[in-house]
Amino acid sequence: MSKLLFQNARLIDPEAGTDSLGSVLVEDGQITAIAAGDSAPGTPEGAKVVDCRGKCLAPGIVDIGVKVGEPGERHKESLGSAGLAAAAGGVTTIVTRPDTLPSIDTPEALEFIRRRANEAAPVNVLPMAALTKGREGREMTELGFLMDAGAVAFTDCDHVIRDTKVLSRAMTYARSLGALIVAHPQDPGLSAGASATSGKFASLRGLPSVSPMAERMGLDRDIALIEMTGVAYHADQITTSRALPALERAKNNGFNITAGTSIHHLTLNEMDVADYRTFFKVTPPLRSEEDRQSIIEAVRTGLIDIISTMHSPQDEESKRLPFEEAASGAVGLETALPVLLRLYHGDAIDLPTLFRALSLNPSKRLGLASGRMAKGAPADLVLFDPDKPVVIDRFKLNSKSKNTPFDGARLQGKVLATYVAGKEVYRSA
Amino acid sequence: MRFDHRHLLGIEPLRPDEITTLLDLADRYVTLSRQREKHANVLAGLTQINMFFENSTRTQASFELAGKRLGADVMNMAMQASSIKKGETLIDTAMTLNAMHPDLLVVRHPHSGAVDLLAQKVNCAVLNAGDGRHEHPTQALLDALTIRRSKGRLHRLNIAICGDIAHSRVARSNILLLHKMENRIRLIAPPTLMPSGIEHFGVEVFHDMREGLKDVDVVMMLRLQKERMDGGFIPSEREYYHRYGLDQDKLDCAKPDAIVMHPGPMNRGVEIDGTLADDINRSVIQEQVEMGVAVRMAAMDLLARNLRARPKEVIA
Repeated sequence: MSKLLFQNARLIDPEAGTDSLGSVLVEDGQITAIAAGDSAPGTPEGAKVVDCRGKCLAPGIVDIGVKVGEPGERHKESLGSAGLAAAAGGVTTIVTRPDTLPSIDTPEALEFIRRRANEAAPVNVLPMAALTKGREGREMTELGFLMDAGAVAFTDCDHVIRDTKVLSRAMTYARSLGALIVAHPQDPGLSAGASATSGKFASLRGLPSVSPMAERMGLDRDIALIEMTGVAYHADQITTSRALPALERAKNNGFNITAGTSIHHLTLNEMDVADYRTFFKVTPPLRSEEDRQSIIEAVRTGLIDIISTMHSPQDEESKRLPFEEAASGAVGLETALPVLLRLYHGDAIDLPTLFRALSLNPSKRLGLASGRMAKGAPADLVLFDPDKPVVIDRFKLNSKSKNTPFDGARLQGKVLATYVAGKEVYRSA
Repeated sequence: MRFDHRHLLGIEPLRPDEITTLLDLADRYVTLSRQREKHANVLAGLTQINMFFENSTRTQASFELAGKRLGADVMNMAMQASSIKKGETLIDTAMTLNAMHPDLLVVRHPHSGAVDLLAQKVNCAVLNAGDGRHEHPTQALLDALTIRRSKGRLHRLNIAICGDIAHSRVARSNILLLHKMENRIRLIAPPTLMPSGIEHFGVEVFHDMREGLKDVDVVMMLRLQKERMDGGFIPSEREYYHRYGLDQDKLDCAKPDAIVMHPGPMNRGVEIDGTLADDINRSVIQEQVEMGVAVRMAAMDLLARNLRARPKEVIA
């Protein structure tokens, strides 16, 4: 029986909302005891002691919506490289997206991911499957078989299902299975061809743009379908203030709805694109500063439940193109924590609230036991120093793709070690 | 007299005094171009490559003539027919060209920002001949020179820009330039052809053409692309002409000595009345073409001076 004792740690408990000194005992991959203050529960016989030196110990990040290049684009990211990147970033569970080549839309393809993940990745990998075949929005996939094969949720990613009949049937069927649908709220007509948010900046740069209202329109439509079908629904990225009242009403009505946002929309705005920097091209496009502020506030109050990295590896060739032609997306697994700690250092959000959105809420939404600093929870933990200054160097990332918008950024916060089921999977040099 | 730029990618980075410097030099090239012997040797020994990823007859001819009058070796590359079709990326094309040691690269591309991207990868001077909906700096400069010669000044004028502003790089560059030179700018277009956030550009927005043209000194018309006419952005060509086409009746709202401009090529009977376009008392459209060559000569001359002043460097 392996035992591990974390002593002298600043424990971040997102469930209790506390941030205080204490120690944690881990036995056989599970948290078995937590003691507050300096009063360690004694050193059990044979336990390995980790002196945390007052640094933060929090439940590991559960990241919904990680793009891995397997199958089809392994040169951009493999399950192995994504796993290493996740471990280095304090992410203990990655929930993969099915927008691969081909899409993960059959139980066979899903099994391939699970098998490869077990071999290659040091962290937990939970796959999502496509909601419609080929993510084409026409026929639903074998939702039941896919669930049996281990799909934790269903999503067509950034492909919005235009045909509401198709979507309503898929939702109705998913409801009967108790399956979770993850969708990208966006009006597909208004947003077609857009690579920026409409406004002064997009007009000055001459970029095709979409009104922020398109997000609310997509969300409004989906909320009506949720009311109709009763499905469990998660909006992958809410990024505009205009969408928030609709979300709030839907929650107050008791619908089974949660919402997420991305690290980029919380920490960057449209002006960061500057002179057509394609590493800042993401989907949906970066928003105004007013929108960014209201999204931070929504995360703080809990209206937005979950923060994801929306990790989207792209190679140099896909990014070194004119802005409109360049591929969308940014890597985020390794940089998420230091980047988000900007919000903590700027007094916008405290650490328990941050980890509520990063670890607790995604675990709850997927029905996982992780994400808690509590007895009985799996010992998926991240030890980090929130104050240590770091300079991001994209060529030092573990990801095969280096498309981070934070290259050269001076940030505060460093992951010291990551544990999955009590096993150390990463330790910083 | 200063002009501290390696490239001419847009109006946005230019200072008012630099614009004046360029226009002053262009004035001298107008004089030169009107002589029988039109040659100057300021670009002798330099190589100019015109790379047009989008169809153009007028702008390409203007740049070619400007280069030849200044003694450069000019080469035209029709990019639509060549490597792009073979799947080569813009950067690869740039690197290939760079290896041929051009000194001046004139680029037009259908995507905004593409010329900026290319300029980062070559060690010659790059001139933007139009990128997507972003900028078309030499067009704005030739318009400014036309206005200055015709009105005697380039400040405190009321200038109306009418037409498809949303999709126009000409409009963006003109708004930036005329704003820097302290003019009052009015934009006239149906709301579907007005870019978002335009109210933050320091302009007045009009949807009624007569109201917008009231007492202006300059009327700049823009070309309406054929593909935008059929119900997508406006109901029909004839409704557009009725409401936003420039005819004598609407022009009467402007000052009696107001000039009429158009970047060409014109759609007669769509955005402008044919007779008005030919009226030598009002229309300066032919002068614009003439100023185009002079402005491009001046721009290439200034960039070549900066090129010669700088030690030759190599971009890996």
